[in-house]
Amino acid sequence: MEDPWGTALALFQVWISVLLCLVMLPAMFGLSLGVTGVYIQILVQILEWATLRIQRGRKEKTSVPIPLPNGIIHRDGGSMAQEMLEVRGSRPGGDFTLGDVFYFYKKGMESLVDDQVTQCFSSEELASWNLLTRTNQNFRYISLRLTVIWGVGVFVRYCLLFPLRLVRELGHILAKHWLSEVAHLMFYRICARGLSATIRYHNKENRPKKGGICVANHTTPIDIIILANDRCYAMVGQVHGGLMGVIQRSMVRSCPHVWFERTEMKDRNTVTNRLREHVTCEDKLPILIFPEGTCINNTSVMMFKKGSFEIGGTIYPVAIKYDPRFGDAFWNSAKYNMVSYLLRTMTSWAIVVNVWYLPPMTRLDQEDASQFAQRVKSAIALKGGLIDMAWDGGLKRARVKDSLKEEQQKMYSSMIVGPDGPSDLAATPPLLDLQD
Amino acid sequence: MGSRASTLLREEEIEEIKKETGFSHSQITRLYSRFSSLDKGENGTLSREDFQRIPELAINPLGDRIINAFFPESEDQVNFRGFMRTLAHFRPIEDNEKNKDHTASEPLNSRTNKLLFAFRLYDLDRDDKISRDELLQVLRMMVGVNISDEQLGSIADRTIQEADQNGDSSISFNEFIKVLEKVDVEQKMSIRFLH
Repeated sequence: MEDPWGTALALFQVWISVLLCLVMLPAMFGLSLGVTGVYIQILVQILEWATLRIQRGRKEKTSVPIPLPNGIIHRDGGSMAQEMLEVRGSRPGGDFTLGDVFYFYKKGMESLVDDQVTQCFSSEELASWNLLTRTNQNFRYISLRLTVIWGVGVFVRYCLLFPLRLVRELGHILAKHWLSEVAHLMFYRICARGLSATIRYHNKENRPKKGGICVANHTTPIDIIILANDRCYAMVGQVHGGLMGVIQRSMVRSCPHVWFERTEMKDRNTVTNRLREHVTCEDKLPILIFPEGTCINNTSVMMFKKGSFEIGGTIYPVAIKYDPRFGDAFWNSAKYNMVSYLLRTMTSWAIVVNVWYLPPMTRLDQEDASQFAQRVKSAIALKGGLIDMAWDGGLKRARVKDSLKEEQQKMYSSMIVGPDGPSDLAATPPLLDLQD
Repeated sequence: MGSRASTLLREEEIEEIKKETGFSHSQITRLYSRFSSLDKGENGTLSREDFQRIPELAINPLGDRIINAFFPESEDQVNFRGFMRTLAHFRPIEDNEKNKDHTASEPLNSRTNKLLFAFRLYDLDRDDKISRDELLQVLRMMVGVNISDEQLGSIADRTIQEADQNGDSSISFNEFIKVLEKVDVEQKMSIRFLH
């Protein structure tokens, strides 16, 4: 009598090897079988149908709340001065009135209910459910068909896609140790396939060249895989422990990376000098830097730290935008550690990302490093369709600086005792438009 | 975050809050989502630090006063009910409420209650009078170090002089209402929800 487990195991092994061959070989040579493309198209059709169905269901059942990706309250964009004038109503003039406090109370309450900054550090709310439970914020039961599709989706993602991706990833990390430098690109391509990543590179003529610095907006550690899929970069970063450390060490073998200990990072001069050395060597790979310093949720670009822009050399800006319908790429490090993040990514529909290479920029004579950083940031935000925010990404973990509060106080003081009075009021900037 | 949060808030609670504050069902669930996202300790209450973590609130010159408004005397934690009760003051006044029968208990977001909320942000010792010192404290918070004591003092004196009607050198609640009678309090002390 045949051993049923033996047969099952044998069949399983055959199946996995066939799939791996179908995937790994083309990936190694940069070819595509077109399977991922077809898969994405089918997904888009299904998600669009689901959107329509949910919208219809919402009309029928008015108790289901509408998701509001643009925030839940309406905020006036007016400047402090404009709003003060309105508060005072019939009493023009710069002097203090008891009602001036209303402006600050209202702004305070508004920011309490809905603020620009903290929402950058949590996942984007979608306008329509993409059939993943994790993005289900306010979507309720609409129809049986929808629930069935969601169930099928769960099965497909967890039982088909996930094991496949897991096997690919583990295989590649192990194989990496024996591959030579030539295979570096191959490694990243396979990694990208492992995550079902569909990457569209735009403006390839602006691809970063040797001896330059590549800056991009940061959403997830996968950004590195996305960019390295197209060319080799030298990377700057802190030495990590755990899973990240393993990956880092395997990357070092094939590309000359510049890693820093945490203590070294504190000394800005050391960092700048080492980077400058690297950049002045013409044949050195371009350095990849994420000037935001932390992962942001891919709806906005936060303040670029000026350190990278003081090094000199040519800056090659890159804008990276993930399509949120297929999965949430943002790594919320406060909520998920690396392992659970990877698991979530491997069980989402896919990763669809647009990468735009912008034309190279250099610092002009009349601007300093922070102005240059701001200029590059605006260019990236514009290209990627992201909001350009002046707030510091470091606010994820640190308190806001007191100097910002002092600016508000200064602004108000100049309003009530400024010699110019009302005519000067129109020139004061709004409460939240701050530069560092 | 989202679906987990809404299941933790029971329907009965939502109804009670609706009755007390006048917010709609969906507004309450959204605000509960917001409350949960601020609640880093995940213990169902917010502390002062949780509020301070909002950068826009932390840089507001009157931020501390606003945060204090959420915490009743000498308590350090506020739960969702208390959070909503304080927020209710900033709910816009709807048209159908303007003509309501005034013998029924006044809603939290009536013009008078909005003014009372603002008055209490000045009147810390709750003696129903804004004294010169209390006014100076608020002024100092708003201007920081940019105005001298003397100048600030004269601003405070002038304000009290203009508002004071019974000559006690402080501003009572009625005098406060009188000064602000031309101000559109309903609009200035309301947050417009998008739905």
